[in-house]
Amino acid sequence: MSAPTRMTLAQARDALAAKKISARELTEAHLTAVEAARPLNAYTVETPEKALAMADASDARLAKGEAGPLEGIPLAIKDLFCTEGVESTAGSHILKDFKPAYESTVTANLWRDGAVMLGKVNMDEFAMGSSNMTSTYGGVVNPWRRNGSDEKLVPGGSSGGSAAAVAARCALGATGTDTGGSIRQPASFSGVVGLKPTYGRCSRWGIIAFASSLDQAGPMARSVRDCAILLRSMAGFDAKDSTSVDVAVPDFEQALTGDVRGLKVGIPKEYRVDGMPAEIDSLWQQGIDWLKAAGAEPVEISLPHTKYALPTYYIVAPAEASSNLARYDGVRYGLRVEGETLDEMYEATRGAGFGDEVKRRILIGTYVLSAGYYDAYYNKARQVRTLIARDFKAAYETVDVILTPTAPSAAFAMGANMDDPVAMYLNDVFTVPASLAGLPGISVPAGLSMDGLPLGLQLIGRAFDEETLVRTAGVLEEAAAFTAEPAFIAGD
Amino acid sequence: MALIEGETGKWEMVIGLEVHAQVISNAKLFSGASTAFGATPNSQVSLIDAAMPGMLPVLNRECVAQAVRTGLGLKAKINLTSVFERKNYFYPDLPQGYQISQYQQPIVGEGVLTIDLPDGSTKDIGIERLHLEQDAGKSMHDQDPRRTFVDLNRSGVALMEIVSKPDIGSAEEAGAYIHKLRSILRYLGTCDGNMDEGSLRCDVNLSMRRPGEPLGTRTETKNVNSIRYVQQAIEYEARRQVEVLEAGGVIEQETRLFDARKGESRSMRSKEEAHDYRYFPDPDLLPLVLEQEFVDGLAAELPELPDEKKRRFMEDYGLSIYDAGVLVAEQANAAFYESVLAGGKRDPKLAANWVTVNYFGALNASGTDLDDAPVDAAKLGGLLDLIADGTVSSRLAKEVFEAMWESGKDAATIVEEKGLKQITDEGAIEAIVDKVIADNPGQVEQYSSGANPKVIGWFVGQVMKASQGKANPGTVNQILKRKLGG
Repeated sequence: MSAPTRMTLAQARDALAAKKISARELTEAHLTAVEAARPLNAYTVETPEKALAMADASDARLAKGEAGPLEGIPLAIKDLFCTEGVESTAGSHILKDFKPAYESTVTANLWRDGAVMLGKVNMDEFAMGSSNMTSTYGGVVNPWRRNGSDEKLVPGGSSGGSAAAVAARCALGATGTDTGGSIRQPASFSGVVGLKPTYGRCSRWGIIAFASSLDQAGPMARSVRDCAILLRSMAGFDAKDSTSVDVAVPDFEQALTGDVRGLKVGIPKEYRVDGMPAEIDSLWQQGIDWLKAAGAEPVEISLPHTKYALPTYYIVAPAEASSNLARYDGVRYGLRVEGETLDEMYEATRGAGFGDEVKRRILIGTYVLSAGYYDAYYNKARQVRTLIARDFKAAYETVDVILTPTAPSAAFAMGANMDDPVAMYLNDVFTVPASLAGLPGISVPAGLSMDGLPLGLQLIGRAFDEETLVRTAGVLEEAAAFTAEPAFIAGD
Repeated sequence: MALIEGETGKWEMVIGLEVHAQVISNAKLFSGASTAFGATPNSQVSLIDAAMPGMLPVLNRECVAQAVRTGLGLKAKINLTSVFERKNYFYPDLPQGYQISQYQQPIVGEGVLTIDLPDGSTKDIGIERLHLEQDAGKSMHDQDPRRTFVDLNRSGVALMEIVSKPDIGSAEEAGAYIHKLRSILRYLGTCDGNMDEGSLRCDVNLSMRRPGEPLGTRTETKNVNSIRYVQQAIEYEARRQVEVLEAGGVIEQETRLFDARKGESRSMRSKEEAHDYRYFPDPDLLPLVLEQEFVDGLAAELPELPDEKKRRFMEDYGLSIYDAGVLVAEQANAAFYESVLAGGKRDPKLAANWVTVNYFGALNASGTDLDDAPVDAAKLGGLLDLIADGTVSSRLAKEVFEAMWESGKDAATIVEEKGLKQITDEGAIEAIVDKVIADNPGQVEQYSSGANPKVIGWFVGQVMKASQGKANPGTVNQILKRKLGG
């Protein structure tokens, strides 16, 4: 048996079941790794006492033969999830020290199945960002380095803490949330697997909202199998979320058959964007070849409205965010900065509480919903969104799954792109269309850049067909045989 | 249409009302918190009502059913697809920073409400729409010299905003509109209509024009929370607008706030200061899609509404439009009347008279509710039976009724105890008549000489008095005429 923190989630699960390791030992090893990984700034809150108590409870259940599917598995929880009695701040100063009296449905599902909470992990403020640099806690350091360089890189975002924690082996898995790519892009940047389920697959109840029509929780882990295992526990209909969909949750792990023979894989020509680095393009071709070699059939498809996806996303998401974030007004909880008048209190509180990127998006969102601009921006964006969804629907009449790169580049330096929001937004160019269409997507580490940084490939599936996604991702993963390791591994 | 006589000629009022009616439901529109009135501040607040991070609204189906029932009661189009939108603005008693309301696609479309005017005529007032929305909490500015306190008990309670077309032409019609709307809501059980508790609140849109000319600019007067205040606010605003217009001024489109103490309104904000609410479909909620069967099921269970009931009372019971109108105004009153009738073979008109005049009079005088009244429908029916079979005279019946109200006993017992049974025995009456005639020769002379034929009425009075009111007046009359010769 390898070191406890170096196991995959599935390996750890099997080791626990075989009593080769106790949940307490596994958790202790991870708590040590969490401490060792502090320079990454991945964890915002460590909950060792809670973790050990949960591990002991897991050991008791394991002993009694009442183990849940995730019994004793230590996980990192993105700070966007409300966790009872534990700071849940969305990476924002405005929610500094906010400790909810309730537990999000997704995390409650994980604990129900026996998982252990190691702590909360860093993220872009209110999940707005692709670098994790907008967090009130500061940026997260990507455990990876370019060959021969010690420059600190971003892990991607917004689920940057989740990606870094998993990559650095200080969690077996993590929860992420994805609004326009916030699971898939950091997974690609950090060399881990990230799965954004179909919109409605996981309950949004208790997840601090960014853009309600796009937000979706999903797993991040070091293998496709691990993500499949986590998703099964996270997913499920929840009457407390009106947009949650009442469909059966399959055992996604069972979908890992390794067989993609006859599967039609769509290759959308519109994703060959101008200025795409050659290494991304060639990795994409490599992916096509791998799937073809496994018996799948690549089919060139057209998703004609792809070029409108990014501008559409950057209208819809800020519009919803401007309204969702109105509740942070200093009246009931979180930060309050006093003022002489009510308006002054609002201005001082929100001025001090929100960072620049959040303010920028609130301003954009407020603008596009304003009288006189609504039809030109928000309404138009909604219409285009419908067209984008229709593109996918048409494509799925001929293909079963779609293969694209996850992000247009490898991880970039901390601090890069900070003064150029549009360049930052371009990170989402390949992930946003599936978000707008509500479709499931997964990023699988498939190779290294010339600099030695991980690059991911994305698969996009039919709505509620995560099984095909997982099956295809498994084949890709096996073909890619991605064994490279980051420069920093906790405990090494 | 009431016309206002100005300095320069006649003016016509054009009024539209927006009524906010609190939906009767156990739980709020999007949360499970209680809606009971008068609870300790902030004791009925769920995580959703307080807009805690990550909380999501879940639509309460009963509130939807209530809105559909109300729409059906207003003979309105039920929209099988409607959309909840967010109305965004900041205020401390609005925890989410937006109110979930319906905007472009309300649950109920156009309908009609027939109002009853004092002269017995009716007028149809168009209903523009009805939509569901959340109520806000309550800001309390009077608890502390510097601070404002917020009570979120009301936050998230379901309201129906019922918007009339600008078909209302006078304060009187506006009053009749609210009366009728409230009556229908109570019949339907969708709103208790209690204006004192804020269950029914009203905004008045009003403009003035010369008869026959196009619509003028309107103002909206907010926060008018009794029928009397609505009428005051209309009279005040109509006068104000006429004065402005006749002085050559223009009416500014603005929102005005009514001050009930002064009976006046003042400008709250102009069109330029109007909020930009940035409405957009609430992404936390899917469009509300109703099955036609659901609507049909509610329609089938709808109670008989005041207009139908009134028509039936007039046709089946031969009641006057006035009596029928009084009886159907409240469902409980109409039900009481019908249960009086149902207790036996009783004269509907006599019953209507007794219920509307004597019985409701006694309720009003004693400040009692129908439910707590000492005389129930069966007892009142018993009294009507004694009148019908001649056991008590109409005059004595009033005395019997008063005694019943005092004691709670039934009519027969009172008649027995007080000896108020009508004397119909001719022999007994004749003896009294003979005595009165013998005692009053002067009056007999006046009658028989033909000098004063009306003196017979005086004789009847004397006989009744001598019998302590128990003699049957008809019999007394007959015997008197026979004895006096005539």
